[in-house]
Amino acid sequence: MSPVSTTSMQRVLTTLGHREPDRVPFFLLLTLHGAKELGLSIKTYFSTPEHVVEGQMRLLAKYRHDCLYSFFYAPVEIEAFGGEVMFVDDGPPNSGEPVIKTHQDIRNLTVPDVENTPCLARVLAATRGLRDRVRDQVPIIGVVMSPFSLPVMQMGFDRYLDLMFEQPDLFSHLMKINQAFCVQWANAQLAAGATAICYFDPVSSTTITTRKMYLKTGFEVACQTLAQINGPTATHMASGRCLPILQDIADTGTAAVGVSCLEDIRAVKAACKNKLTVMGNLNGIEMRRWSVEQAENHVKDLIAKAGAGGGFILSDNHGEIPFQVPDEVLMAISDSVHRWGKYPLPTDVSGKE
Amino acid sequence: MDDRDKMLNAFERALLDVDRLAARQVMEQRGRDMRPIRFVEKVVLPVLEQLGAGWQDGPLALSQVYMAGRICEELIDEMLPPADPSRKNQPRMAICILEDHHALGKVMVYAVLRSGGFDLLDYGVVGVDDLVARVQADRVKVLLISVLMLPSALKIKSVRQKLMDRECDVTLIVGGAPFRFDDQLWQAVGADVMCENASDVVPAIEKMMEEKR
Repeated sequence: MSPVSTTSMQRVLTTLGHREPDRVPFFLLLTLHGAKELGLSIKTYFSTPEHVVEGQMRLLAKYRHDCLYSFFYAPVEIEAFGGEVMFVDDGPPNSGEPVIKTHQDIRNLTVPDVENTPCLARVLAATRGLRDRVRDQVPIIGVVMSPFSLPVMQMGFDRYLDLMFEQPDLFSHLMKINQAFCVQWANAQLAAGATAICYFDPVSSTTITTRKMYLKTGFEVACQTLAQINGPTATHMASGRCLPILQDIADTGTAAVGVSCLEDIRAVKAACKNKLTVMGNLNGIEMRRWSVEQAENHVKDLIAKAGAGGGFILSDNHGEIPFQVPDEVLMAISDSVHRWGKYPLPTDVSGKE
Repeated sequence: MDDRDKMLNAFERALLDVDRLAARQVMEQRGRDMRPIRFVEKVVLPVLEQLGAGWQDGPLALSQVYMAGRICEELIDEMLPPADPSRKNQPRMAICILEDHHALGKVMVYAVLRSGGFDLLDYGVVGVDDLVARVQADRVKVLLISVLMLPSALKIKSVRQKLMDRECDVTLIVGGAPFRFDDQLWQAVGADVMCENASDVVPAIEKMMEEKR
């Protein structure tokens, strides 16, 4: 009798339970590569949900990884607030001029109506489309920007830091607006079929704010926000460091954390043991110039350091793989996980089985 | 601990506490023998360099380094107004963000350079062709480019090529997240120098000035 194959959903749920599934699960967090698969420009690709559904399904089949990513682009939330999105030919769309230019703009800001905002409706339609295709076999990862990190795009990083340090009342007001939006947006994606929500929160990383500041700001915001989201969440630091605040992140109620390649994955994994599943931490920027051999070595090294005992999903460290990363490298990552990531892990993942 | 060490410690503490008043007190207590430019060289820049290194290595946060730069810029602008003859004899410099609206890196470098007594043109957010035209028209000799996104970093290659086509002799200093995640990227795009943090910029420019002397 042939063995019953494990689905990606079962694999991911097992590792989230801090147990070892059949192999290390891996998420290739690909957004722009779907446009390549369909031979479309990035702007055209994101113009209809059908393109994204088809692109994600093709990427899933091609790379045999373990998730679908219903994320379009970060400034979709800025678009919802009335802001501009700038498309380029070879990278993720970027936010344009900040929507908040004055303090009065913060006071006048209103929460967008998720269901009736066309750019968000496209993401929800894509999520529903993906759900129709895979049902419960493959996790679908939805994305929200944390209320604490969204202002970087809403008003510019420098002016946001000024606000955080010098205008606590206005800062609190902005957090309330963003929080109401974030909860509504996350729950709409879950209702549309997302399995879990990735809560991007790089401003909470210790690269950007001190732990002391985080506990007063991003931590409180995360605790309040995540408690209102009707499904599992993973907090992603989008390349920022987080080792000193891993226990705090666990205390926000999140199930997993996306970590930086700037930190030792072994130390991160040890700090997260039985509390948080670790997602990471391949260097996406370097990845564009890796050889196939280098890709394999990075994957083997990562599995050797973080794979044991479950609680680990191999991924890039930023939450989005750059458009410039070639197919051969992505394929090499996939082949390497399939080869070296089978549990029980080879005693020497460095090559001597 | 000698007086200068005490001054350095007090200034660093004030900046980390985002305490403008305490930072001003250190500046005002610097003594009659320490001219403003000397205070900048002996206290402000070493402290900013130390904070920058602290961020690069992990223990400090970007928000602390940013606020420190802002406080220093405010103080130094009072001590050394833009037209002050004590400001350095320097090459013509400009700073920009290439095709991106994330200004933090540029704001920090600008603050550190102004704190270091340098003057520079601020081009804000620019595209490749506009940047090249302005550099040529302004006869800029040192161009600082800040980027956040990888595609913007890769466009620096085109800036370099177009400057060469116009025979503009410009030292290209680059910085920003993509360069910190790939230590070969700055050379791949044809930059002359890569700075890992804002406070690396002043020593880099001083070294360049020394070599050209």
